[in-house]
Amino acid sequence: MGIAVVLALVVIGSVVFHFLSPWWWTPIASNWRYIDDTIIITFWITGVVFAAVVLFMAYCVFRFRHREGNRAAYEPENKRLEWWLAIGTGVGVAAMLAPGLVVWHRFVTVPTDATVVEVIGQQWQWAYRLPGADGRLGAADVAQITAENPLGVDPKDPHGQDDIVIQGDNLHLQLGKPVKMLLRAIDVVHDFYVPEFRAKMDMIPGSVTYYWFTPTRDGTFDVLCAELCGTGHTFMRGNVVVEPESQYQAWLQQQKTFAQLQGPTRTQAKN
Amino acid sequence: MAVVLGFIVIVAAFAGWWLSRQHLTAKPWLEVGVIGEAADPTSPTTAKLGLGTFLVVASSLFALLISAYSMRMGMSDWRALPMPTVLWFSTGLLMLASIALHMAVIAARCDESGPLRSSLLAAGVCSLAFLCAQALAWRELAVSGYFTAANPASAFFYLLTAIHGAHVLGGLVALGRTSTRTFARPKDLAPTIPRELTLSVELCAIYWHFLLLVWLVLLALLMRWTDDIIEICRGLLT
Amino acid sequence: MVDVMHGVPESRPADESDDVELYHPHSWITKYVFSQDAKIIAIQYSTVALAIGLVALVLSWLMRLQLGFPGVFSFIDPDRYYQFITMHGMIMVVYLLTALFLGGFGNYLIPLMLGARDMVFPYVNMLSFWIYFLAVLVLLTGFFLPGGPTGAGWTLYPPQAILANTPGQQWGIVVMLVSLILFIIGFTMGGLNYVVTVLQGRAKGMTLMRMPLTIWGIFTATVMALLAFPALFVGAVMMLLDRLIGTSFFMPAIVAMGERLAHKGGSPILFQHLFWFFGHPEVYIVALPAFGIVSDLISTHARKNIFGYRMMVWALVAIGALSFVVWAHHMYVSGMHPAFGFFFATTTLIIAIPTAIKVYNWVLTLWQGDIHFTVPMLFALGFIVTFLNGGLTGLFLGNVVVDVPLSDTMFVVAHFHMVMGVAPILVIFGAIYHWYPKVTGRMLDDRLGKLHFWVTFLGAYLIFFPMHYIGLMGVPRRYHEIGAMSFVPPSAATLNEFITVVALIVGAAQLAFVFNLIWSLKQGRPAGGNPWRATTLEWQTPQTPPAHGNWGKTLPVVYRWAYDYSVPGAAEDFLPQNQPPDPRTA
Repeated sequence: MGIAVVLALVVIGSVVFHFLSPWWWTPIASNWRYIDDTIIITFWITGVVFAAVVLFMAYCVFRFRHREGNRAAYEPENKRLEWWLAIGTGVGVAAMLAPGLVVWHRFVTVPTDATVVEVIGQQWQWAYRLPGADGRLGAADVAQITAENPLGVDPKDPHGQDDIVIQGDNLHLQLGKPVKMLLRAIDVVHDFYVPEFRAKMDMIPGSVTYYWFTPTRDGTFDVLCAELCGTGHTFMRGNVVVEPESQYQAWLQQQKTFAQLQGPTRTQAKN
Repeated sequence: MAVVLGFIVIVAAFAGWWLSRQHLTAKPWLEVGVIGEAADPTSPTTAKLGLGTFLVVASSLFALLISAYSMRMGMSDWRALPMPTVLWFSTGLLMLASIALHMAVIAARCDESGPLRSSLLAAGVCSLAFLCAQALAWRELAVSGYFTAANPASAFFYLLTAIHGAHVLGGLVALGRTSTRTFARPKDLAPTIPRELTLSVELCAIYWHFLLLVWLVLLALLMRWTDDIIEICRGLLT
Repeated sequence: MVDVMHGVPESRPADESDDVELYHPHSWITKYVFSQDAKIIAIQYSTVALAIGLVALVLSWLMRLQLGFPGVFSFIDPDRYYQFITMHGMIMVVYLLTALFLGGFGNYLIPLMLGARDMVFPYVNMLSFWIYFLAVLVLLTGFFLPGGPTGAGWTLYPPQAILANTPGQQWGIVVMLVSLILFIIGFTMGGLNYVVTVLQGRAKGMTLMRMPLTIWGIFTATVMALLAFPALFVGAVMMLLDRLIGTSFFMPAIVAMGERLAHKGGSPILFQHLFWFFGHPEVYIVALPAFGIVSDLISTHARKNIFGYRMMVWALVAIGALSFVVWAHHMYVSGMHPAFGFFFATTTLIIAIPTAIKVYNWVLTLWQGDIHFTVPMLFALGFIVTFLNGGLTGLFLGNVVVDVPLSDTMFVVAHFHMVMGVAPILVIFGAIYHWYPKVTGRMLDDRLGKLHFWVTFLGAYLIFFPMHYIGLMGVPRRYHEIGAMSFVPPSAATLNEFITVVALIVGAAQLAFVFNLIWSLKQGRPAGGNPWRATTLEWQTPQTPPAHGNWGKTLPVVYRWAYDYSVPGAAEDFLPQNQPPDPRTA
């Protein structure tokens, strides 16, 4: 008897919590509003199903509780009802899957005008590389990594010389400009995760993964690692700054290229 | 993963075929009374089903290993190994063992104690020799510098042959027990061979045929006869 | 694994007839320790699984203490925290849930529900338990070796699982992998038994469509486990070689902490494929027995036949088959080819349809029932709520693009705890309250049972429902503290404290359950042979607890399906499966 009330309260409590609790996703700062919309669709469909089934169950439990002299009905199956429920479920599933797949198609189709940013994850810090003046990233490989060249940029590749290397500092992105993140890890699996951008992807040592987005809101956002990467996983933090073009360009001018960073050590080596 | 998916499809097709013959569309609440006969859990079928199920599990294991192998092969830095020629020899030995066990089954069914003993002995000797030949192949590779860690291809070679070898070794335990029981029987006292012993021999034979089949597939893979097929599978997936 | 052959031919001497016992325990040791009786083995499996489960429960307390009150318990440093979550996850999924459902309930119920005297290969069955026991011991040695158990997360992703910056890299990971390998070998031995017993051991008249859904669930799950566990076996062996002799199956060229490692050319993704090829079916290996058992609990305690029995069977088989083509939905953000996203999202959401049908049929079984609020029934109702909740959040994570922001957050943690943690555990509790009278001959205490149910069900819901929203905010999983995150309001810390307090209370309630188990053994109310007035064969044994050989002189004959409750015109509201048809009406 009490269970019927509790089941109803579970539904009511869950719905109230959903709408009234202060805990909800952080405001979006990228073009992936579609993802949020798909989540909302999914919330509505699944929420209605949850409430309907549990409330129906509460009703059954209340209405058909054992009383002296009661006897249950004998009903092995009801083909029509079962098929209708299956078809209804199929429709609901399709209503969630279809927008999901459409958005996934956009998610994996990188626009041609996207600028490239390479993110390098290692225990437990982030480094970044921008293509520089020629608009192309030079080749890079773990085999090239030395103390002076921690990202493993190929010193022989001419495209690599003007690449801008950012180590131990924040990444800046230009507001409204699509960006393709090329993701590389040099030790273990990491995951470059900025909750406000909604997008994320693992970085697998030995291969290069990617995702793209367009920053739509300026500000400073937390970068987290979302794939367990050892003792310091929790502390693998950073920031990414989204700013309008003028400020972005000003920041860009202050950054050092790969060649500039290698320069001093080479002269030292000669001496 | 195409190989293991193919394997799962085969298993699923078989399971589907089997289930389709089990009257799964019957309405059990309408049927009251005794239907059918019970299977006899002590019949030889039970033991054979047990072994058969185990062989499906082992096949799944090898299908996964082959999947992993073919996935790794697709990467750019794959260097094939020179295959030791002793592998041909070991293949022949395993075939002989398999044939010997087949003879043993025939002998057991015809109640011929002498031939049964010699066939079991031959199968055991050939299988041990097979393991030695595999060890020789390991040595040959190690001597020419392909040790496990040196090259992914050689690591896979060691892994595949070791797991197959472990299965042979496990089979040898069963074969050893069967042989002991055969040889423990006084030769002339009991002319007929008991049903349970025949069953043991049959199970060993099935297992050895399976080991041979798996080895032939592995050999084809290691000898790179199947490269084209793997290429096609990979093409299908991407 | 290869040893299954020996013992097979001998275990059933050819000339023994059915009513002769199949093996004869001579001493206390062979009767209770190295027993070949499936019922004893079941109790052994269950006891070990519950005991190791208590260890995992304590680990969850420790990790919750850290999350709720970061910094207060200084001995829980990040390393320890990762060791706790890893061992908690692995123990709960493999060593508790899988072992208890298949090794525990499978061993006890398959022979009894099918009207067999025992498993078909009792000797192999005994080996299965002892290898499982060995696997548990090896797993536990991790706590005492230098460096402690592995802290690589239960997914054990390489390269970090075997690199120096992960706790337990020295020995922990090695004993974990060895223990898993042993577990798989032991499980395979048991699994062969369960499958072949279902095929060959059924009593006369027990057609497949007359089997209780419990057996269908366990049978399907076992077939899946036999096919899926080899993937973990292969992965574990390869990782062990990578760790011990320096092969490069999963290890690419790596510079870790400024040091170039000798590995070259391995593929971390290959491990993920192998792991999830096992790991996803594993979810259903745990879920399907729960589906089956809960169907029988609901039907028995609502005094009504299970609604849509045929659909339930087909759904079980369909879920089992489909679960082999959805594994990569755990890898949407692993950088695999985007085309796979379309395929795996579609297969994953399709699996929701047979699963939903099962939920509908459970609820429709209640409709026009005669519902007794016994403790097993309460747990079954609790299962429907939590499973439905967890299943629905699965639709978020299965839909590839929704998974992108939510993967690797606390949302995932909340989801899988609801769907494959809380839900199956509630079924396990319900099943223990249901079958304990058969196993021991005594009832568990009802008031303690109800207390246990209310605290566990409501507590678990209060723990995991709000946890989804922590994940929705963007808090990643496997963080030993939230720390300073600009997008997380300070109130989240309060929520975490609340969850921790509830978790401690729920954990304490489990001690009441353990007490009940032990206390009722001697003090419980005598149960009689069929306290729930159930139809299935295990309740019709001549003795309770069932004696060796289960059925006395003659095996039961089955005349009807497992769900003849409240049949119109019958005197009682249940007709046991072995009750012959009434000669007057037939």
